[in-house]
Amino acid sequence: MKNEFKVIADLIEQDKKVLDVGCADGILMKFLKDNKNTNIRGLEISKDKVQECIAKGLTVIEGNAEKDLKQFPNKSFDYVVLSQTLQAFLNPELVLNELLRVGKKAIVTIPNFGYWKVRFHLLFKGTMPITKTLPDEWYNTPNLHMCTIKDFFHFVKSRDIKIFKSLALNNLNTSLINEGNLGIKNLFADLGIFLIEK
Amino acid sequence: MNIENNIKKLIVNKPLKLDCGKTIKDFPIAYETYGSLNSNKDNAILVFHALTGDQYVTGINPITNKDGWWSYAVGPDKAIDTNKYFVICSNVLGGCMGSYGPSNKDPDNQNIFGTNFPVITINDMVNAQYNLLDHFGIDKLFSIAGGSMGGMQVLQFISNFPDKSKTVIPIATTSSHSAQNIAFNELGRQAITADSDWKDGNYASNNKNPGKGLAVARMAAHITYLSKKGLQEKFGRKLQEREDLKFGFDADFQIESYLRYQGSVFVDRFDANSYLYITRAMDYFDLAKQFKGNLSNAFIKTKAKFFIISFTSDWLYPTQENKEIVIALNSIGADVGFVEIKSDKGHDSFLLNVPDFLNAIKNFLDKSYAES
Repeated sequence: MKNEFKVIADLIEQDKKVLDVGCADGILMKFLKDNKNTNIRGLEISKDKVQECIAKGLTVIEGNAEKDLKQFPNKSFDYVVLSQTLQAFLNPELVLNELLRVGKKAIVTIPNFGYWKVRFHLLFKGTMPITKTLPDEWYNTPNLHMCTIKDFFHFVKSRDIKIFKSLALNNLNTSLINEGNLGIKNLFADLGIFLIEK
Repeated sequence: MNIENNIKKLIVNKPLKLDCGKTIKDFPIAYETYGSLNSNKDNAILVFHALTGDQYVTGINPITNKDGWWSYAVGPDKAIDTNKYFVICSNVLGGCMGSYGPSNKDPDNQNIFGTNFPVITINDMVNAQYNLLDHFGIDKLFSIAGGSMGGMQVLQFISNFPDKSKTVIPIATTSSHSAQNIAFNELGRQAITADSDWKDGNYASNNKNPGKGLAVARMAAHITYLSKKGLQEKFGRKLQEREDLKFGFDADFQIESYLRYQGSVFVDRFDANSYLYITRAMDYFDLAKQFKGNLSNAFIKTKAKFFIISFTSDWLYPTQENKEIVIALNSIGADVGFVEIKSDKGHDSFLLNVPDFLNAIKNFLDKSYAES
């Protein structure tokens, strides 16, 4: 299991009710179910991925986060997880609001466009950056709204969303982000993980 | 030897009050079982059949000598594995394969019921079938499953008996019959009643059978079970055993010949009055209405795990209608999974060899059983 999922799982206590939005093949879901006794549900747009989840014995609903989150009642989950997908929605703000409505807390991870390798790629090569967390070409990337850790940090602050914890990931290294080290973390982390609440 | 005598029947002695107000008692429910009930009695799956199905789910149907209607899904090592599970299916109330229906005799006057049989509902059907649990001494089913009208019975069953099944699989179904569904059923009923051999429903005592009307009803309905793409790929404009058009009204096209065949074989196995009664039961089905317009309340008492399945090319019970059930369940925090299976085979997909569908059911059942 990738380090990002381990960090997410560490943020979730035992016996909670969790919705994994864009749960893909259900690796995080399975881990939470087996190790944290999580009452876990998934929402996934790909039919093939839904089938993989069913084969793992996971409860998943085929659907689109932009349309299908509205069926869940307010605060019906302890945590709602959105891993590296926010930037792929037509309207990320709307989805973020929905996550915070449905979940008592939300865990959102974003691939950091401010990571030094991304900046160097654009600066020296002059082409759209391709990295481990941003593997696609400009013409086939699902990402519509790339942002940096700094962008996201400022965004949630401006919307009165409370940040419980923000973490910077660089390979296996995890560190806390705060106002003071934001600039540095924005340069050296390729992934940001935010535990938020509204 | 009369094959009819070999139909397994449970005579229900307990009076059953029907939605129409009448009460029936000492009535037969015909059923069949596959696999064996384990000693814990926790491996039973109650399967509900659709409009024209019967209790002969798999293997060779002894009445028609054809494969059972869900042979792709049910059997040893199949999606619903009868090496593992004990599958029960009964003919619905109002049916014509041994359960109490319009072709039975009225105990009051010994005349064949015909249209004097009480109008029955999906609710009546499941209340009648519930008696099978007592018959087999099953306290709780492992699963209930069914497509189309079978799915309606699944929804009604878990609503009526919220703690009687661990898992629930409604397939290609709806929580209330749409205007379009009612319209197609009415077309079928009109075809039957317009046949001069129908005789106001008393065709049996007149030694007649409204076969032409019933065949037309079947042909019209059959079109709704397929998709435009599926029909086009299978038949296109191909001609039936001829080089060119004949400039007449014989079956020039293969699709015509196919529908005529479907109509004619159906007449041999199905009772016209049963068709009227069962389609009526479907039209009357509106689960939300039973709960003052709030579908969620139909499921509020159950802790069962739901798995809802629809098909991309099903325009009779489209994905949106299946999703409404998912939404109703999610809004009360129920345990519900949902998948829309890609298939060109229309509504009939649930009866056919659609691997993604069959795998999904198998995985859902086997994983749920392992956890239970």
